Amino acid sequence: MSTAADSGTRAGAKDGPEGEDAGGAKVNPAPESGGERYDAHFRVWRGDAEGGGLRDFTVEVNEGEVVLDIIHRLQATQAPDLAVRWNCKAGKCGSCSAEINGRPRLMCMTRMSVFDRAETITVTPLRAFPVVRDLVTDVGFNYTKAREVPSFIPPQGLGPGEYRMQQEDVGRSQEFRKCIECFLCQDTCHVVRDHEENKPAFAGPRFLMRVAELDMHPLDAAEESGLDRKTSAQDTHGLGYCNITKCCTEVCPEGIKITDNALIPLKERAADRKYDPLVWLGNKIRRRA
Amino acid sequence: MTHAERRQWDVVVIGAGGAGLRAAIEAREQGLRTAVICKSLFGKAHTVMAEGGIAASMGNVNEGDNWQVHFRDTMRGGKFLNQWRMAELHAREAPDRVWELETWGALFDRTKDGRISQRNFGGHEYPRLAHVGDRTGLELIRTLQQKVVSLQQEDFRETGDYEARIKVFQECTVTRIVKDGERVAGVFCYERESGRFFVVEAPSVVLATGGIGKSFQVTSNSWEYTGDGHALALLAGASLINMEFVQFHPTGMVWPPSVKGILVTESVRGDGGVLRNSEGRRFMFDYVPDVFKEKYAETEEEADGWYEDPDRHRRPPELLPRDEVARAINAEVKAGRGSPHGGVFLDVSTRMSAETIKRRLPSMHHQFRELADVDITAEPMEVGPTCHYVMGGVDVDSDTAAAQGVPGLFAAGEVAGGMHGSNRLGGNSLSDLLVFGRRAGLHAAEYARACGDDRPVVRDAEVDAAAAEALRPFGTGAEQAPQTAGGAGSAGPPENPYQLHQELQQSMNDLVGIIRREEEMAAALERLATLRERAQRMAVEGHRQFNPGWHLALDLRNMLLVSECVARAALNRTESRGGHTRDDFPDMDREWRRANLVCTLADAAEDVRSGRIALRRREMPPIRSDLLELFEKEELIKYLTDEELTTK
Repeated sequence: MSTAADSGTRAGAKDGPEGEDAGGAKVNPAPESGGERYDAHFRVWRGDAEGGGLRDFTVEVNEGEVVLDIIHRLQATQAPDLAVRWNCKAGKCGSCSAEINGRPRLMCMTRMSVFDRAETITVTPLRAFPVVRDLVTDVGFNYTKAREVPSFIPPQGLGPGEYRMQQEDVGRSQEFRKCIECFLCQDTCHVVRDHEENKPAFAGPRFLMRVAELDMHPLDAAEESGLDRKTSAQDTHGLGYCNITKCCTEVCPEGIKITDNALIPLKERAADRKYDPLVWLGNKIRRRA
Repeated sequence: MTHAERRQWDVVVIGAGGAGLRAAIEAREQGLRTAVICKSLFGKAHTVMAEGGIAASMGNVNEGDNWQVHFRDTMRGGKFLNQWRMAELHAREAPDRVWELETWGALFDRTKDGRISQRNFGGHEYPRLAHVGDRTGLELIRTLQQKVVSLQQEDFRETGDYEARIKVFQECTVTRIVKDGERVAGVFCYERESGRFFVVEAPSVVLATGGIGKSFQVTSNSWEYTGDGHALALLAGASLINMEFVQFHPTGMVWPPSVKGILVTESVRGDGGVLRNSEGRRFMFDYVPDVFKEKYAETEEEADGWYEDPDRHRRPPELLPRDEVARAINAEVKAGRGSPHGGVFLDVSTRMSAETIKRRLPSMHHQFRELADVDITAEPMEVGPTCHYVMGGVDVDSDTAAAQGVPGLFAAGEVAGGMHGSNRLGGNSLSDLLVFGRRAGLHAAEYARACGDDRPVVRDAEVDAAAAEALRPFGTGAEQAPQTAGGAGSAGPPENPYQLHQELQQSMNDLVGIIRREEEMAAALERLATLRERAQRMAVEGHRQFNPGWHLALDLRNMLLVSECVARAALNRTESRGGHTRDDFPDMDREWRRANLVCTLADAAEDVRSGRIALRRREMPPIRSDLLELFEKEELIKYLTDEELTTK
């Protein structure tokens, strides 16, 4: 069989429920609550890789709701094919990243009460990544970068169950492992935000932080196996591009101090390496050999 | 003929949560080419929402712990309905699975002597949950994700291709398991982004799709939890067991309405939080059931003493298994002693310093501050039951995770049934994922290898049928509708999938929820019949590229099937046990302990209104005698029939 829909083009729209307002109006009624309701004005970017633009919507808002609730109400009542990525709706999975009034945020953790009721709320897809459709972007860049960071190297001679680490020693890396990979820091970082050309050489804050996390892991055996994570942060992952403007830290929904606790220490360690006379001498000798 | 690209792999894993990734890692380490297919982005699976920890009897905090104690707690929590062999394997292997994570880079919270710290949890006799603050699930997913990446890096060094032996097809949905005769032959999928169809041919398929919570209105589950694996198994000829047992977690957020159902971790109680009603009373003391009387404190002084000196005090009743606490909260609210927004109060603010709360429960502190304007260091939370977990699932062989009756099909994690009996203990889910994820991956790999050149074949007719089914909501199948829908029922306006989903959730919540009655469940089955009928007229707008309306329309098939299983099994079981509470049969019945209710797909009926699920009762195998000997006779009498006790 073969149909128009089968080839991925527009199909079935005329058979859709759009003429059927009576049915649509019942959908997703406001939850029962004593709270007030009001109509908010939203502008949501709709389109795909070919192009698109902002569309205006007037949509009901109830007490306690977040932006993602409103996007869902739009789907259920006005725009059933509005594309949006989301999962847990509890700020734990990092799927529903978007730009709200130009600021990178999680839609599920942005309360409607932070906006003035008369304000127009503009929701657009993450700017640093290619649009797939509507609010969904292709975040493949991040998965490519994740693969470029060498993994944890288990210490020789310690079997499962024999690891001993102190809480204060794991605490530093644990802060970075709070990362939910929402990629807001990757989106906001000016090194790549408007500079596509920097992407091949720059891992971005999230994955430089991953390097820092492994470097601070009390039992990572990279050095023993000949891998210097500090140097590779500089040489392979583009740490030098970062000029510590702290934009990444500002947008992090987990409140991780990416710049202060991961990137700056990593820069200091990388610099120590570079200017450490012994390391310098060792490198010279190795190069000559 | 449908255009659907075909790809060949040895093992296909559906789902990239804890069970799916652990299965994939194992299959790949066995040397087989392994594909993972998941609905979300890699690393976003529902497992990230698990908070409290992984139960494993490492004995790091209390040396008295061992696998036998863990086994006992698990059986008690499940009210002895557990497949005892699964509970045994789980308790024995959990410590190895946790330690293994450390060698892959996981960083758990530590004890003073540098080992993995373990915390108290409901139903666990000793502090047993390895944890990372209250974000343990995230640590587990990230560790497994990073292990997959490290295997890909190995393959890249060897072959120049990261995806030579393990590949994640992210944001793809499987709509059918395709078979060749009796055997599994592969899966039919679509890419969510483009809407394009593809087929993955493989002799082994592992279901690791998680649960069914999205069939209920108030749930802690994400959109992914639409019972896909449960339905795929049914449609492929496998059976489901224990579907009447649905866990309502006692503590979900109740306000504001838009966050109703979001989980409040049991660690809050494990670390000292208490439940109070509107009169300020710690009401859990009034709800300790007979089977647990000896184990729980009777006074606040005794309960509070337990946190510091567990050897000389009994546990606080706030730490009863989840089913007990959820019922108690429900009863308090019904009796008019609830909080302003229809829950009860959960308080840590008067129990711990603000600093301790922020350190031990950071996500809860953050969640309440951001979403409810509540500072949990200064005031109590309002909480109430939320649909959290399904104990029921695919009927599997305990040792191999192989689905009974369908060669090549395996299931692990929440989609598999039996391990948790009628009620799961907190912390036993993450360990279940790892123990049985590994086993499923191992046996799926062995099975695929044994097939050798005798690989099953995916036939074009099967692919065409799957494609036609997936396209029906676009209305291209309008002409086909009359023949499938039984006569007059098919007439009517096109239906909106969002509307149907909402009505389904409402029906299940109201009629097959935490407390159940015969008339209501019968009414639920009626409503499901009507929804099934209306679902045949579902129509979606737009095109196939990232179209959430279409995705929901396809997921609804699964939710309708699974909901019918829950309702039918719940109606049939005339007792109360674990996650199945009957208002009209409030007592636990020892005769019922021996019975599993088994759901299979019924023969296709002419009339769409008649049910799609056939139900039968099956005897459980007797518990092995050396395992029974781990319990006191006085305790066994509460669960086992006289006949079982004398023949042991």
